[in-house]
Amino acid sequence: MLELLLSKYNYWLYVILMMIGLYAMLAKRNLVKKLIGMNIFQTAVILFYVSIGVKTGDVTVPILPYGHHHGHEQAINVAHYLNPLPHVLMLTAIVVSIATAGVALAVLILIYRRYRTLEEDEILKINQEAGT
Amino acid sequence: MTHQFPALIIVVPLLAALATPLVGWKNGRLCYYWAVFTMALVCFFAIGLLRSVILNGPISYHQGGWAPPWGIEYYVDYLNAFMLPIIAVISLIVIIYSKHSINRELGGRQMPTYTLILLMITGLMGIVVTGDLFNVFVFLEIASLSCYGLIASGQDGAPLATFRYIIMGTIGASCYLLGVGYLYIVTGSLNLADVSQLIPPLYHSRVVLSAGVLMLVGISLKMALFPLHTWLPNAYAYAPSSVSALIAPLFTKVAAYLMIRVMFTLFRPDFFTTIIPATTILSWLAVTAMMIGSFYAIAQDSLKKMLCYSVVAQIGYIALGIALANKAGLIGALLHILNEAFTKGCVFLVVGAIIYQTGDCTIDHFKNLFRRMPYTMGAFTIGVFSMIGIPPTCGFFSKLSLLMGCIVDHHWVFVAVLLISTILNVIYFFRVIKVASFEEPEADYGRKAPYDQVRMEEVPLSMRIPIMLMAAGILLTGIFSSTIAKTILIHIVPAGF
Repeated sequence: MLELLLSKYNYWLYVILMMIGLYAMLAKRNLVKKLIGMNIFQTAVILFYVSIGVKTGDVTVPILPYGHHHGHEQAINVAHYLNPLPHVLMLTAIVVSIATAGVALAVLILIYRRYRTLEEDEILKINQEAGT
Repeated sequence: MTHQFPALIIVVPLLAALATPLVGWKNGRLCYYWAVFTMALVCFFAIGLLRSVILNGPISYHQGGWAPPWGIEYYVDYLNAFMLPIIAVISLIVIIYSKHSINRELGGRQMPTYTLILLMITGLMGIVVTGDLFNVFVFLEIASLSCYGLIASGQDGAPLATFRYIIMGTIGASCYLLGVGYLYIVTGSLNLADVSQLIPPLYHSRVVLSAGVLMLVGISLKMALFPLHTWLPNAYAYAPSSVSALIAPLFTKVAAYLMIRVMFTLFRPDFFTTIIPATTILSWLAVTAMMIGSFYAIAQDSLKKMLCYSVVAQIGYIALGIALANKAGLIGALLHILNEAFTKGCVFLVVGAIIYQTGDCTIDHFKNLFRRMPYTMGAFTIGVFSMIGIPPTCGFFSKLSLLMGCIVDHHWVFVAVLLISTILNVIYFFRVIKVASFEEPEADYGRKAPYDQVRMEEVPLSMRIPIMLMAAGILLTGIFSSTIAKTILIHIVPAGF
């Protein structure tokens, strides 16, 4: 059991982070906290992607020659280099998550200007009073 | 010449969106003509692609000349070629319509609005045209982010509704991204066609199973399938009227397209029917969506809100057709996507016109509307007929096909729900028509005019013609639905159905 936890600790970490984010998004009543939860949620996915490209041991990055000890040659075997693709994908995903956060913050400013609060309960109360 | 079209259909609206601030630098009104011009070009590309696919078969475009499993491939087969003209034509019509409506509702903000509209269309086109799983995520977020911006520019409750939409939409996109990551771990590929060839031996691996489920949940969120629909009604109802007329027909339908792609192209159909019973769950959710959406629609006072719940119900029809996973069901779902695009486009444009003339869209205030806006309300009636499913509108043929799909597989409960929800449709739409045509206006108008002396107060021609075009589209797609099914849709149905 412990073996399973330790050998795949990156997956456990991303699942825990993701659940924290999900909890914040669903349970918190403050809109900024919800937004932070959303960011944690996205970061968990990014962490997952980044961690799947990692290899330990005698490996190199694809642009460098492989093997300091046994001559210099290009790393051709997949086991000999780190996969850079997930990292490159995540550059895009990070941009997406920042853009989302930016839009969400702008929307929060609009909400604050209108209601003078960012607590969901109070906003709903104001809406109800306006409705009756 | 057509071999560059798959790239141009993305590049042209993207560059046009980036150039919109320059065009509107001195005079914001120019942006309208710029957007119409761009969309006319995009329509030309989309129809050219459809023609080329029908004549010569699927097109594969290698982005930057990199061959598929490594480079990003744009792949246009019958399914994409069917979706592209729908998106292009509907957005062209709505943009032509939007001139006065956006002037009045968002006066002085034409430049950012048209920039976002073009960006959103880029995103929607991208989701459809690309053959790369990660690329789909990027385009999905381009479309969603511009959509958030557009909705937030609406009236009072819009920002809060948008914030909820952002949260739900981001969960959906992240789930999809996670699913793609799982598939990438086991296959090492992101190309849709390549992955679909590599995974069949791994169908019982837990990673692939979770990948399938995550992608399906993510897409259902974007598609607003019950019970993940809660963000939709408020977001669409508070958006400016031209914006809701643009996103209501297109956004959820593009998500439905994505669902068809994932279920029948990325995975083999039997993965979701037998290995995990996703289609059973989906079909029950779909029929619940049909009932719940219709019930909520009956309870609404505002026509726009009612139509938003109707979107939820209609998504149920499409999801049911997909989940039936048989030939008639899938053709019904695809026809319903086409039908919904024109029908929802038409009725949302009418709502926009009513708001433009009278300032609100509470159903009880519609008295005498048939006399005051005969053309608009005529188009609305055609839209309602299509939503109920009265021939010769397209709604009749799509519902018929869905019904056939249920009967073929002996799903009698679904047959019953389809018929009941049709009756509910009749109830909530005929309330509108009854108020608008038969009820006399109240005496407190001051001049309780005799029925034949009511002035005609039609909307400007640039709004009326698009509404008529949409209504004509509903009728034409209905009349030619069997031709469409024979030339295009039959090729989309995967082997083994």
